[in-house]
Amino acid sequence: MNDTSLAKFSDLANPTRFLALASRLLPWMSVITALLIAVGLYLSFTTDGDYQQGNTVRIMYVHVPAAWLAMMCYTVMAASAIGTLVWRHPLADVSHKAAAPLGAAFTLIALITGSLWGKPMWGTWWVWDARLTSVFILFLMYLGLIAFNKAMDDPSRAARVSAVLILVGFVNIPIIKFSVEWWNTLHQPASVIRMDGPAIDPEFLWPLLIMAFGFSMLFFTLHIAAMRNEILRRRIAAQRRLAARMANREA
Amino acid sequence: MSHAFYIGLSYGLTGLIVIALIGWVVLDGRARNRELKELEASGIRRRASAKPKTGETA
Repeated sequence: MNDTSLAKFSDLANPTRFLALASRLLPWMSVITALLIAVGLYLSFTTDGDYQQGNTVRIMYVHVPAAWLAMMCYTVMAASAIGTLVWRHPLADVSHKAAAPLGAAFTLIALITGSLWGKPMWGTWWVWDARLTSVFILFLMYLGLIAFNKAMDDPSRAARVSAVLILVGFVNIPIIKFSVEWWNTLHQPASVIRMDGPAIDPEFLWPLLIMAFGFSMLFFTLHIAAMRNEILRRRIAAQRRLAARMANREA
Repeated sequence: MSHAFYIGLSYGLTGLIVIALIGWVVLDGRARNRELKELEASGIRRRASAKPKTGETA
């Protein structure tokens, strides 16, 4: 990377520039998200049912994208945590703090829809097998990080400690991904992201991919909006501190 | 319970969580913007926004 491109990158990473970029991007991203999810939902309910599962296969179109997002959100947080620890960049702190509630929500969707799919297909709402347990641990990790960020007064200190916790917890992501191969689980093995290509019929693959793109766009849109909110929250706190200092000086 | 019940509940709860998430982000954004405007109206401004446009920082 030469000096000019490095300067351009650091300009983008400036919180004020980020806010300007966010206000330009968010309306477009919201429209694309709404369109993708609308098309995805239409396909989810108009394509054929599975020969074995019947219409219950339609739960897959929300369960699988939510589960992918649960892992992708944590991966984004881990990349941001590296940004916090290596470059000490304030936008990286804002990024992983803003992503945690989104990750928790997508993980909750994956757990609930998985349970609602499991009951008619497996005959049980829940089993403590490797995949389900590791995703449940991911959910607890998100809740722990949200609680930790709320409990700490100093945002930059909170960011450094939570960055270390995020990176330690990242070990759970490959465990979730490969749990169905490493252990004997009730959960089925991967059928889309595989070395030898998807093992799923195109009839189900297209709605699934469109819903996955729609969910991903929803995540990035909400992430940028939540980052913008967090930057504003920090500015408000800084201005309140400034006001308190000015009041003290006058007194 | 029929399969339609499990499908309907899956989509219904997913929709509810997504709407709650969007609502939280939108309402939080509006509240922070309002708070910032109130602070600026009371004369408390960021040092960076008080200066001319050169060398913007957070």
